[in-house]
Amino acid sequence: MKYLYYPGCSLKGTNRAYEESVLASFHALNIELEELEDWNCCGATAYMAVDEMKSFALAARNLALAERQGQDGSPTLIAPCSGCYLVLSKTQHYMEEYSEVSRTIDGALQAARLSYARTVHVRHPLDILVNEIGIPQISSKVQRPLRGLKVACYYGCQIVRPYAAFDDQVNPKTMDHLMRALGAETVDWPLKTRCCGGSLMGTLPDVGVPLSYILLKEALKRGAHVVATACPLCQFNLECYQDKMSRQFQERVEIPVVYFTQLLGLALGVPERQLGMHRLLVPFTLARGGARLHA
Amino acid sequence: MREWQSWPRFRYEAELDLRFPEEVASMPGGRALFACIQCGTCSGTCPLATYMDYSPRKIIAMTRAGFKEEVLHSFTIWLCASCYACAVECPRKIKITDFMAELKQRAIQEGVDPKRFPVAVLAREFFEAVRKRGRSTESLLVLRLYAKTNPVQILSQALLGWRLLRKGRFSLRAESVKNRQQIEQLLRAVDAAKATAFIDKLAREVRREVAYR
Repeated sequence: MKYLYYPGCSLKGTNRAYEESVLASFHALNIELEELEDWNCCGATAYMAVDEMKSFALAARNLALAERQGQDGSPTLIAPCSGCYLVLSKTQHYMEEYSEVSRTIDGALQAARLSYARTVHVRHPLDILVNEIGIPQISSKVQRPLRGLKVACYYGCQIVRPYAAFDDQVNPKTMDHLMRALGAETVDWPLKTRCCGGSLMGTLPDVGVPLSYILLKEALKRGAHVVATACPLCQFNLECYQDKMSRQFQERVEIPVVYFTQLLGLALGVPERQLGMHRLLVPFTLARGGARLHA
Repeated sequence: MREWQSWPRFRYEAELDLRFPEEVASMPGGRALFACIQCGTCSGTCPLATYMDYSPRKIIAMTRAGFKEEVLHSFTIWLCASCYACAVECPRKIKITDFMAELKQRAIQEGVDPKRFPVAVLAREFFEAVRKRGRSTESLLVLRLYAKTNPVQILSQALLGWRLLRKGRFSLRAESVKNRQQIEQLLRAVDAAKATAFIDKLAREVRREVAYR
């Protein structure tokens, strides 16, 4: 099977381990991802603060490109970054709901010699894994079960809010199902969709650090060995500011934060290097036999 | 109290801008604003409400009452991290997150966004970077942000930068789309469409005024 794939800026920069692990683990499941040619930034949350219509226009260019590149009638575009996933879906919703948005964007696309016939399906890799490939198919391919590993599944905000397209909005479970299929245990963690602070971590650390700290503290308290994320910004916030949290709250906060696709890849027997495990600041490795080992 | 928090000022009715609520409500789905029942669910669910100068509920009330200056000068709108918790809980289905984004846009248009306040600076820098190159480069964006707000942070974050560099997660190469011209055409067309819409609206108002007289 083959899907179109929209990486977004973050997966090419600070969070390239997400791209590496998405591609490698999907490859291990015999799914090829073809990168969207000459994609542009989706606009992210920041663009909406300056000019919402332009953010829709930027997202619509990607949708138009996907339509052109996908051979079949209704191509599926996979967006692993929560931010991109939301902006692309939101643009589709707004173009459908508000004729004024739809008219303006169509006009702008035309001026750039593009067109969009609304056939693209924007989907998150989690959605594809659980609802397309299916849990039984994945668990049949597990080579190194993650036995004994306790995972806190962190969905973050934007894959379930405001549009809960493939999972429950209040208590999403797709990642939990996936992790259990890989042999891991999942901890009961009520903060799985609470905000990590997003870009406030970079702009106002006084505000951002406590938000992420609350999440990690609760995960540690509930005995998690690792936090699995589905968003590059969440991963960055939760992992890279742990020493800052330790200093600010005067207690040791240390827990590996990985992408759910990295755990998937490990269980499927993909070599660690291909999954970008060496890029983690808080190292995480699985010892042979499935025992947990982290320094 | 944070340095940016302040108490609301007393206002006479004559000082209020009664066109403001109508203007804000012209955003897509914006009429829902008038359906707000002031239940405070938004403020209760907001993980950032404790840091805000006015809670989201108050911002809605103030917008409807015409407290334009307070609303656009508030830090609340810049503290919204767009987690959409309020929007999905709102019993009146108000798109509160998008409403905050609309207020940010208005603050920027009017040039009253807090100067050197990192959130607003980041939004502007990000906007410019993507307008020029079609993609954003996180490392350069963050460096720009620090340079424009608090250069000392470049030093305090140097260790993190170094650790990221060693892991191959930090690169100063500016990313860009190939077809930059297309991005420019696209964004310029949006500006043109907005200008036309604005003139149309003005013409409609003039016609209405003339008919009234």
